[in-house]
Amino acid sequence: MTAPAIELKTINKRFGPVWANRDINLRVMPGTVHGIVGENGAGKSTLMSILYGFYIADDGQTLVNGQELTIQNSQQAITAGIGMVHQHFMLVEPFTVLENVMLGMEGQGLLSRARGKARKALNDIASRYGLNIDPDAIVGDLPVGLQQRVEILKALYRGAKILILDEPTSVLTPQEAGQLFEILESLRSQGVTILLITHKLREIMAITNHVSVMRAGQMVAHRDTVKTNPEELAELMVGRKVLLTVDKEPARPGENRMTVDKIGYVDSRGVKCLKDISFSLRAGEILGVAGVTGNGQTELMKVLSGALSPTSGSVKLETRSGVQVLKVGEWPDAGQMRDYSIGHVPEDRLQQGVVKSFDASENAILGYHNKPEYGQPLLNPEKVVKATREMMDAYDVRPQLPSMKTANFSGGNQQKLVLAREMMKEPDILLIGQPTRGVDIGAIEFIHRNMIEARDKGAAVLLVSVELDEILSLSDRIIVMNDGAITGEVVASETNETELGVLMTSSADGDEPKLQKHGLQKEPEKEKEEVVV
Amino acid sequence: MSQLAAVESPRWVRIGLIPLLQLVLALAVSSLVVLMIGEDPIRAFKIMIQGAISTEFGGLSNTLYYTTNFIFTGLAVAVASHAGLFNIGGEGQAYVGGLAVAIVCLALDSTLNVWLIAPLVVVGCAAFGAFWGVIPGYLQAKRGSHIVVTTIMFNFIAMAFMSYALVVWISPLGGNSTDSRYWAADAVLPKWHEMASSFGMNASFSLLNPVLLLALACCVLVWVLIWRTRLGYAIRTVGSNPHAATYAGINANRIIIITMAISGALAGMMAVNEVYAAQGRLILNFTSGFGFMGIAVALMGRNHPFGIVLASLLFGALYQGGTELQFEISSISPQMVLVIQGLVVFFTGALDRLVREPVESLFQRRAIVAANASTGVAK
Repeated sequence: MTAPAIELKTINKRFGPVWANRDINLRVMPGTVHGIVGENGAGKSTLMSILYGFYIADDGQTLVNGQELTIQNSQQAITAGIGMVHQHFMLVEPFTVLENVMLGMEGQGLLSRARGKARKALNDIASRYGLNIDPDAIVGDLPVGLQQRVEILKALYRGAKILILDEPTSVLTPQEAGQLFEILESLRSQGVTILLITHKLREIMAITNHVSVMRAGQMVAHRDTVKTNPEELAELMVGRKVLLTVDKEPARPGENRMTVDKIGYVDSRGVKCLKDISFSLRAGEILGVAGVTGNGQTELMKVLSGALSPTSGSVKLETRSGVQVLKVGEWPDAGQMRDYSIGHVPEDRLQQGVVKSFDASENAILGYHNKPEYGQPLLNPEKVVKATREMMDAYDVRPQLPSMKTANFSGGNQQKLVLAREMMKEPDILLIGQPTRGVDIGAIEFIHRNMIEARDKGAAVLLVSVELDEILSLSDRIIVMNDGAITGEVVASETNETELGVLMTSSADGDEPKLQKHGLQKEPEKEKEEVVV
Repeated sequence: MSQLAAVESPRWVRIGLIPLLQLVLALAVSSLVVLMIGEDPIRAFKIMIQGAISTEFGGLSNTLYYTTNFIFTGLAVAVASHAGLFNIGGEGQAYVGGLAVAIVCLALDSTLNVWLIAPLVVVGCAAFGAFWGVIPGYLQAKRGSHIVVTTIMFNFIAMAFMSYALVVWISPLGGNSTDSRYWAADAVLPKWHEMASSFGMNASFSLLNPVLLLALACCVLVWVLIWRTRLGYAIRTVGSNPHAATYAGINANRIIIITMAISGALAGMMAVNEVYAAQGRLILNFTSGFGFMGIAVALMGRNHPFGIVLASLLFGALYQGGTELQFEISSISPQMVLVIQGLVVFFTGALDRLVREPVESLFQRRAIVAANASTGVAK
C-alpha cells in the first residue's frame, strides 16, 4: 500500500480559549480528490493554513508522502509539493499570464532568459494537463474562470503534486465551474492529489473520492463519497437534522411596489455599470437577480437603496408612504429611501451593513438612528439596548449581548442582526443582497424561512445572490444580469441552472455562448429546490 | 478564532498600568540622556516633579494652566479623529483664535466689563478657530484635498497672516513691535492667585485662571456629543466605516465639514486661556507648539475626554517641571527638556504597541488560563 500523500496525526491548534483544530486526523491518498466540508468556523481554513505553513500547529504530526515534516512557512510547503489556490486570487492583474506564473521564481539577472525558460515550462504543463491559456494575455483582462486557471498553473509550475483549492467555485458561473471540475479530473488522472474545501455538498458528491467532515474544530467523519449522501453530510456538519429544501407556498403577488424604468449608471471612469435596467416588483413576491459577481448587481442595489445616484432612468415607488417618482438629479439618499419604506440588507455586510468597532446595539440602529423612538433629544442607550434585545430575541442572535463588539459576533449572527434591523420594521420593499454569504447552515435555514415569511406578509422582496441554488429555491421570478444589462427573465418554477447559466453569460443582444456539458448541470429538475449547503 | 479579541484585558490595565509603564520607560531613557550630560537623573526628576506639583511657588497651578491649553488642543484632535480626520491644524486654529481675542478686547475692553467681554471672547475664539478648520474640511469633503496636507498648510498661512496682522495692524494700537497692548485689567478674568487673595487665601503667582473650568466643561460636552448625540453617532460612523455611513443615509461630506468646525472651535478656544486670560495680550507665536502637542495628548488619552484630561495633566506637569529644571540645573538646556518631553510622546504615542501588546497578551493569557481552569478544559 502506498503512503498517503498527506497524513495528519492529532493536529491541535488553539487561538486563546478556542480550539480551532482539535485532534485532527486526516489521510489523503495520492491521486484522489478529497473533499473537506464544514460550516464557517468549523476549522477548515485553519487546517489548510497549517498545511500550507501560514500557521504552525501547537502539536501533532504532518506527513507528506510518508515523510514527517514541520511546515513553518509557505515556501516549505511549496518545496514539499503542496500548492494552494486561494478563494481570492493572488494575481498581479496588469501582468501577463507568464509573468504571473514566474513571479517569485524569476531567477537572477535579466528577465529575458528566465522568461524563455518559463514559457517552455508553462507550455509543457499546459499541454500535459490540458490547461490551455495564452501566456501573453493580460491577467486583468481574463474572465474569472481563466484567472483561476492561472492560479492553478502557478501552483503546478512550482512543482505542486498536492493542490489545495479553497472554495474554488464561489466566483464562477455554473459553466466555469463545470470546466474547473473537468480540469480537476484531468489533474487527478495525471496523479495530482487534490484537497477541495467547499461548503457546496453537490460539488463534493460530483467530484470527490473521499470526504471528511469538520465540525467545531474537530473531524467528525470520514466517508467514501459513493457511500454517503448530502443529507448525511449536512447532518454531520451541523450536528442535527437539517432541512435542505425551502418549504413555501406559491406566491400571491399583489400590487406593484417598485417600477424600475431604464435605469442606467455610468461610473466616474466612464464604465457603463448599468444599462437600461427595467423591471417591476410586486407585493408578496420574491424577485431573484441572478448573475456572476460584478455584473451590475451591486450597483443596482446601491441605486435602489439610495447609496448611489443613477445617471439615467427613473423609479416609481408605491408604498405606504405614498407614490414617489424618483428621477435623476434629485435621487434620495439612503435615509430617505428608508422613509419610503425600503429595507436594505446589503450584499457586503462588513463593508456596508455594520460598523465592526461598534457595539451590537449601536449597529442595531444604523440607518434608523434618527428615529425619535431611540431617545429625544439625545440618544437614550437604554432604549437602544432594549430595542436591540428585542431584535436579538426575535432573530436568535447569539450571544444575546447588546454591548458586545460587533466584530466579535460570528458572521451568521452579524447577518441575523442586520436582517432583524431591516426586516422587523416590516418595510413594504425589501432589498436583500447575499443573505447567506458566510453564514452557517443552521442560520441559512432560519434566514430563508424569515424571507419567505416576509413575502407572505406582503413584502416585495428583491433578492440578489450569486448562489444559484438560493435564487432558485427562494425566488418566484428571476431576472438574470450580465455586463450591466438584464439578459432574461424567467419564472423560477419553470427554469433550471443550465438555463440560468446560459443567460448569465449571454449578452443582452442575444448572442449565446455554447453550453458546456458536465455532470454538474445534469438533473436540474431534481436539484432546483435544493438550498446552498 | 475571533474569541481571542473578545477577551479584553482589565480596564485598569488598559487605562492605568500600560500608560504608567510607558511613562516609566520614557523616564528611564530620559535618565540615560541626563546621565550623558553628566547630571544626576534622580535629582533632575525630583526637581521636575517638585516643580510641577509644589504649591509653594505656584508649580501646581502653572501645571494646571498648561493643562488647560492641552485639554483644548487634545479635544480638537480627538473630535476630528472620531470622524477619521487627522487634524494637524490645531496650531493654526488656535493662533487665529488669538486674533478674535485681540479684535474683541482692542475694540471693547474700555467699554464693556469682564462679564460681557469674556463670553464674547469665547464665542469669537470658537468662531475663528472653526472658520480656520472648516476651510480644510470643506476642501476635503468637496475637493478631496487631504486634510493632513491642507491643515499643515493652513498652519503656515495662519503664521504668516498673524505676523502681518500683529506688525501692521495690532501693534501700532499701543503694543511693542510684535505684540498687542495689554487688555484693560477690568476686562480680563482674574487669575487664580488673585481670586485666592480676595478670599483671604495666600497663593503664589501663576497663570492659572478660570478658563480651566471652561476646558473641563468642554470635556463633558465633547463626551455628550460623541456618545450621546445623533451627530456624534454619525461622526463615529463616518470615521469607522464611510461605506456604512452612506448605507445609513449619513452625508459624510456634511459630517466632515461639521466635525472640522467643532474641532477648529475647540482648538481656537485655547486662545481664551492663553491670550485673553493668562498673557493678557496677543504675542507672536503664542501657540508655541501646544496645537501640535494636542496630537500626543489625544493619542495618549485614547480620544476620550477623560483620558485627555489625564494626559493633559501629565503634559502640563512635564512643561512646568521642565521649566523648573532649566532653572535649577543650568547645564540642562531648554532643548534637553524638549528631548525628555519628546521621549514621553515617543513611548506613549508612537511606540504605543511596544508596551501595549505584550502586556495585554499577558493578561489575556492569564484570563484564558483562569477561564479554562474554572471550566475544567484539559491540556
